[in-house]
Amino acid sequence: MHSIPGRRLIMGLFLVFLLLPIYWLVNMSFKTNSEIVSTMTLWPHTPTLQHYKRIFTDESWYSGYINSLEYVVLNTIISISVALPAAYAFSRYRFLGDKHLFFWLLSNRMAPAAVYALPFFNLYSAIGLFDTPWAVALAHCIFNVPLAVWILEGFVSGVPREIDETAFLDGYSFPRFFIKILVPLIASGIGVAAFFCFMFSWVELLLARTLTSVQAKPIAAIMTRTVSAAGMDWGLLAAAGVLTIIPGALVIWFVRNYIARGFALGRV
Amino acid sequence: MDKTVNQKAWFLVLPVFLVVAFSAVLPLMTVVNYSMQDTFGNNQFFWNGVGWFKELLDPSTDLGGRFLASLGRNLFFSLVILAIEVPLGIVVALSMPREGWTVAACLIILALPLLIPWNVVGTIWQIFGRPDIGLLGYVLNAIGIDYNYVSNEVDAWVTVIVMDVWHWTSLVALLCYAGLKSIPDAYYQAAQIDGASRWAVFKAIQLPKMNRVLLIAVLLRFMDSFMIYTEPFVVTGGGPGNSTTFVSIELVKIALGQFDLGKAAALSLVYNLIILIVCWIFYTVMTNAGVERKVQTESEPAAEPKPSAALKPVPALKPKEGVA
Repeated sequence: MHSIPGRRLIMGLFLVFLLLPIYWLVNMSFKTNSEIVSTMTLWPHTPTLQHYKRIFTDESWYSGYINSLEYVVLNTIISISVALPAAYAFSRYRFLGDKHLFFWLLSNRMAPAAVYALPFFNLYSAIGLFDTPWAVALAHCIFNVPLAVWILEGFVSGVPREIDETAFLDGYSFPRFFIKILVPLIASGIGVAAFFCFMFSWVELLLARTLTSVQAKPIAAIMTRTVSAAGMDWGLLAAAGVLTIIPGALVIWFVRNYIARGFALGRV
Repeated sequence: MDKTVNQKAWFLVLPVFLVVAFSAVLPLMTVVNYSMQDTFGNNQFFWNGVGWFKELLDPSTDLGGRFLASLGRNLFFSLVILAIEVPLGIVVALSMPREGWTVAACLIILALPLLIPWNVVGTIWQIFGRPDIGLLGYVLNAIGIDYNYVSNEVDAWVTVIVMDVWHWTSLVALLCYAGLKSIPDAYYQAAQIDGASRWAVFKAIQLPKMNRVLLIAVLLRFMDSFMIYTEPFVVTGGGPGNSTTFVSIELVKIALGQFDLGKAAALSLVYNLIILIVCWIFYTVMTNAGVERKVQTESEPAAEPKPSAALKPVPALKPKEGVA
């Protein structure tokens, strides 16, 4: 690939720009509160683990992480399992209203969460799902399902049609073909789609906060409230922030070779 | 690829349709219902017809003034971040290392900001920019720039924009990188033989190849910046005054803050309609681009992509796209 002059310098500067604010957060999470407020230090002079300890021992804190992971995983499973057959259909067949349907899905991916916050609150209260992980998982489907369909459609289109035809000639039934042949072929695509569902569900706060109150409260919402109520406990806030970055950083590792293609929604 | 007509495909799409319809259509109907009514609390509703919509589009009323002002701010914000993030993203993508472990390292660091929960992004910049405890705020003040995003409008705007650049430029860069990766080496070799300058290579080979991904990048960035809520809310809370109150923040204020359901619903519908129109324009452009490409390749059976006549690959190095 052809590059431009000074690319190392540009890349280096940009990476520093990306990492510096994160470093500052990590740095703060290891400082005592008195060090944070009183002096400006580039690294923790009296390193402490007290903030992390507090999060891992106080249930009102660590339950937030469990709640968040719960609805994120639920959402990812729902999104991928409904999106797979649809992606196949969009990739292989033409049917009545297919283009309109695709556009409608796309438009839901783009719909602002703020618009849906209040009606979702009413809807999920009415059917008794309010304050459960299911409410958030289903609500996040509105942007994750279209995204999953979009990504998977790109990957399914990359599988030659001859493979389907051969399988059907060999006497495979449709469900068997789907599970035994197609799914293994687009395994990387499923991984990428799952990664994106995980990511967008993990980073979203507005809906997750609106649809939960006590039982299923996500970590992001706990961060905003506890801290402002107890004055400003900067160290604790920073430690909680650092811990929310870790799951994301872990999943990136698994999809690092497919990230770029996934961001292009499978169609490069 | 030719698709066969098969109406049974609807059965495969049905689960998606049901799940999304449950989350999209039912709530939207509630919104439409609310938008025509007024409430005095206690679940008492009164028919208000198109009253809210009239008020919303009339800048002389309180509601209309707030809506149009926040819409203006939001459009300005979207344009500014697009103007920064798209060129910067292209430059970063072009600066990616060619091979080795550094590629993976760069990719992972680039993707990192994208995976941080949005309110934590806000928190990071809230802390980073504070003059007392944040590195950025402290350094800026130390070198004599009076920077305070809480009280100064310009500083608040700069902070929100830099935060968005920090958060989302990687997305543009990763998309462009994916586009660049799909260019066969033969193109560059041919360009070298022709003695093309770097700028010519960029204009004739790289930019056309990035067209599609750039379109997706612009679409995603425009939409997401147009409905931005969490990050500016955490950092500035929409202030100082109303200077960084974007449409979503205004909407949540009206809906969940004042519980003015009618006004909020009317605002939601207009907001959604704007998004829908922009979305439709992009979608049409995107599908048209796809059709054009197909027609082009069909009219040239050899399927030899021509970046430009001058940069035509030499026969021995012809990319074998027809086979793949």
